[in-house]
Amino acid sequence: MPHKAIEIDGLTKDYYTGFWRKRPHRALDGLTLQVENGEVFGFLGPNGAGKSTTLKLLMGLMFPTAGTARILGRSIEDVGMHKQIGYLPEQPYFYDYLTGRELLDYFARFFGYGPSERRERVDRFLERVGLSAAANIQLRKYSKGMLQRVGIAQAILHDPQVVFLDEPMSGLDPVGRREVRDIILDMRKHGRTVLFSTHILSDAEMLCDRVGVLLSGKLQGVGSPSEILDVRVQGMEILFELPPGRALPPDLAEQTTQTGSRLRVEVPEEELYAALERLHLRQARILSVTPIKATLEDYFFQLVGRENGEHHAVEISKE
Amino acid sequence: MERHRPSRETWAAVFAAPFLLAALYPLQKHIDERTRSLQQQKEELVLNSGKLLEKLSLGYGSLLADIYWTRAVQYYGERVGLKGAQFDLLAPLLEISTTLDPHLLVAYRFGAIFLAEPPAVGAGRPDLAAALVRKGIAANPDEWSMWAQLGFLNYWYLKDYGKAAAAYIEGSKHRNALPWMKGMAAKIEEEGGSRQASRFLWSQIYETSQAPELRRNAKEHLQALAAEEDAEHLEKLAAEYHDRFGHYPSSERDLVAAGIIPGEPLDPAGFPYRFEAGGKVRLDPRSPIRSEVLQPAIHR
Amino acid sequence: MHTWVVAINTFREAVRDRVLYNLIFFSLLMMGAAVLVGGISIGIEHLVIVNLGLTAISIFGIVMAVFIGVGLVYKEIDKRTLYALLARPIRRWEFLTGKYAGLLLTLAVNTALMTVGLAMALLYVSHGFLRADFSILVAIYFILLELALITALALLFSCFCSPMISTILTIGLYIAGVFSSDIRSFGALTGSSLAGGITSALYYVLPNFHNFNVIAAAAHGEAIPAALIVQNTLYAMAYIALVLFPAAAIFSHRDLK
Repeated sequence: MPHKAIEIDGLTKDYYTGFWRKRPHRALDGLTLQVENGEVFGFLGPNGAGKSTTLKLLMGLMFPTAGTARILGRSIEDVGMHKQIGYLPEQPYFYDYLTGRELLDYFARFFGYGPSERRERVDRFLERVGLSAAANIQLRKYSKGMLQRVGIAQAILHDPQVVFLDEPMSGLDPVGRREVRDIILDMRKHGRTVLFSTHILSDAEMLCDRVGVLLSGKLQGVGSPSEILDVRVQGMEILFELPPGRALPPDLAEQTTQTGSRLRVEVPEEELYAALERLHLRQARILSVTPIKATLEDYFFQLVGRENGEHHAVEISKE
Repeated sequence: MERHRPSRETWAAVFAAPFLLAALYPLQKHIDERTRSLQQQKEELVLNSGKLLEKLSLGYGSLLADIYWTRAVQYYGERVGLKGAQFDLLAPLLEISTTLDPHLLVAYRFGAIFLAEPPAVGAGRPDLAAALVRKGIAANPDEWSMWAQLGFLNYWYLKDYGKAAAAYIEGSKHRNALPWMKGMAAKIEEEGGSRQASRFLWSQIYETSQAPELRRNAKEHLQALAAEEDAEHLEKLAAEYHDRFGHYPSSERDLVAAGIIPGEPLDPAGFPYRFEAGGKVRLDPRSPIRSEVLQPAIHR
Repeated sequence: MHTWVVAINTFREAVRDRVLYNLIFFSLLMMGAAVLVGGISIGIEHLVIVNLGLTAISIFGIVMAVFIGVGLVYKEIDKRTLYALLARPIRRWEFLTGKYAGLLLTLAVNTALMTVGLAMALLYVSHGFLRADFSILVAIYFILLELALITALALLFSCFCSPMISTILTIGLYIAGVFSSDIRSFGALTGSSLAGGITSALYYVLPNFHNFNVIAAAAHGEAIPAALIVQNTLYAMAYIALVLFPAAAIFSHRDLK
């Protein structure tokens, strides 16, 4: 294909809050970014960074104060382009008087399928997101996770070339998250482009070809996860148990915390084997050894160089 | 698992309900009595103006007209026949009804009779009746029956035979007018009031009215006219009797005994006629027929 | 085409919201009236049933048009059900007209069923139809035109006001439209040429709902001139367009946060 999947150039969005036109709040500041065809691109940043704003601007739900963007070479103002893209909004809410099947059928009607093809697609994608059993239950009875799944289904049931997912993992249990990850990987396998926003670092690492980091409306950097995040291993975490009567090695005792019978100690990477040896001498039973990575918060501390506790706490997933 | 037994609160509600509902009835009755003694039940319409009501009705005046018409009929029905009944609100109610719906012909007809009828039967205001009918004529220029109402009003209640004849002539010019209008105009011109005309006109009203009150009233008038005719006839026979026997009969039996009449005639209500001094025939005091001419000397 | 898809879904939503249950209340009303009217007003049963039926159809319809209309767009924005929908190849104005058409469809179905109820009550009371009863159908058609106009107004306000404000504005405009000729006469009465000029201009700008009220005529079986039918239809169409174009413009440029 001749065009890049997504081309964003100087996209800016100002909000005016309150009755008087005070100084506007700049939610997005001159975002410039390209996403290649077949790429999985992760949009990272804490809440309020401007990730959802960017997606809404791309979808035509909001109008930019400045800048342009093109998807598959077509302007974001071109409604016809929507045939080839899919969108999962943040915390989706759908018509709760419809069943899952009815919702997908309704949304599918805008693409001009014949009735049997529409039916087939709806069934196929219900299956894909694991909602076949709940297909005929009204959406008002769906759990958050189920709504998320139906949201993903409606975003992809027309086989779009580019898919935009706003926090696709939110509300899902680990099984659900794995399924979403599989769907994203499957799309990449089929040459589709995926742009998703998240504040879960490990998802970004695992899935994305490249990530872009957004903070307070500004793009901080774009590159492969390891390039950008430069996630240094801060240390190693050892989980272990001591047989009764045995004491901790004294030099480790300070860094050790205990929960029930489980003990946890953090040691620098270089000292890992020495520590393991010492524990072994005390007949400790080693439960697990895991690298400790920098959290996204830590990362932003580095970037911005200031203390802020306001950003939403971020998870690190130890799977 | 849900508990299938209803909660304590549910049982309380179920048990208490019938008692509480039962208590409401006597309570309300007491309240009604108390409020009745507190305020005089003044007869008043809160909103008097038909025009204002028309505005307030936001275009639904037609239905409101029917509601006021119903009120008027009920108002009349509650009071007619009661001793000393007043019909002060009848005119305003009919006025409002016809302002809200100028084509409500039945309201004009009702007013044309019952606003003019003397008290105990009506409001005794033939002037108001005439005003109402004129309003009906203005609002329904194609309706010949409005002219007939005006004619009858002038003929029977106002005894203005000139105006009556004029109204009948005017009405006879309309397309759908019944053929008798012209002849009636001529007859009234010539003779003024006559029993024949009166009986004919009241029969017309009886036959063409659908409101039961109007029919009943017309029937009563027809009965009175029939009684008057009987009485005239009987008085002639009483004069014959006087010629023969030198004194007037004291009752119908005398006439029968004299062979002048075969049996004792009864008035249309089923009561015998009474003879008073001078051979005058009067109604039995128990008879419900309303005829001013035939009222007995003893007041009922 | 997309408009129609949205319209059908809007209709479905109204049905599932049990909006059509008002028909139960209406039919009880008509049945009760048909049975009782003979005892109350002999001779004018037909008149009363038509008055009652048309008034009820009008009032029920207006209430429905306002209360559903003010939420048509607002609800979708507030609940954000709109977001996934607009990501589809549908233009904003298509969405808007779809919502409008859907509510109109609901109102038309509701009114049609009520008409059947009215017809049955009339049959019961009068044992047959007269040619003059055709005016009743014209009156109902005019009521539908009225409802279409009210819905358009409610929809316009729904694009940028909360439901409460929209309700007040819509009902306010309706009442002003009923009284518009009185407003004009009042202005003329004051003697001030400025007041007269303003009220006269207002008369032509306000939606003149009184044009559409022929209930009294239908109840008395009067014929309604064909010219009026044509003129009212054109007036309604023109005014609805006058309202929907700005609505589409406002909605097309609105940021959906």
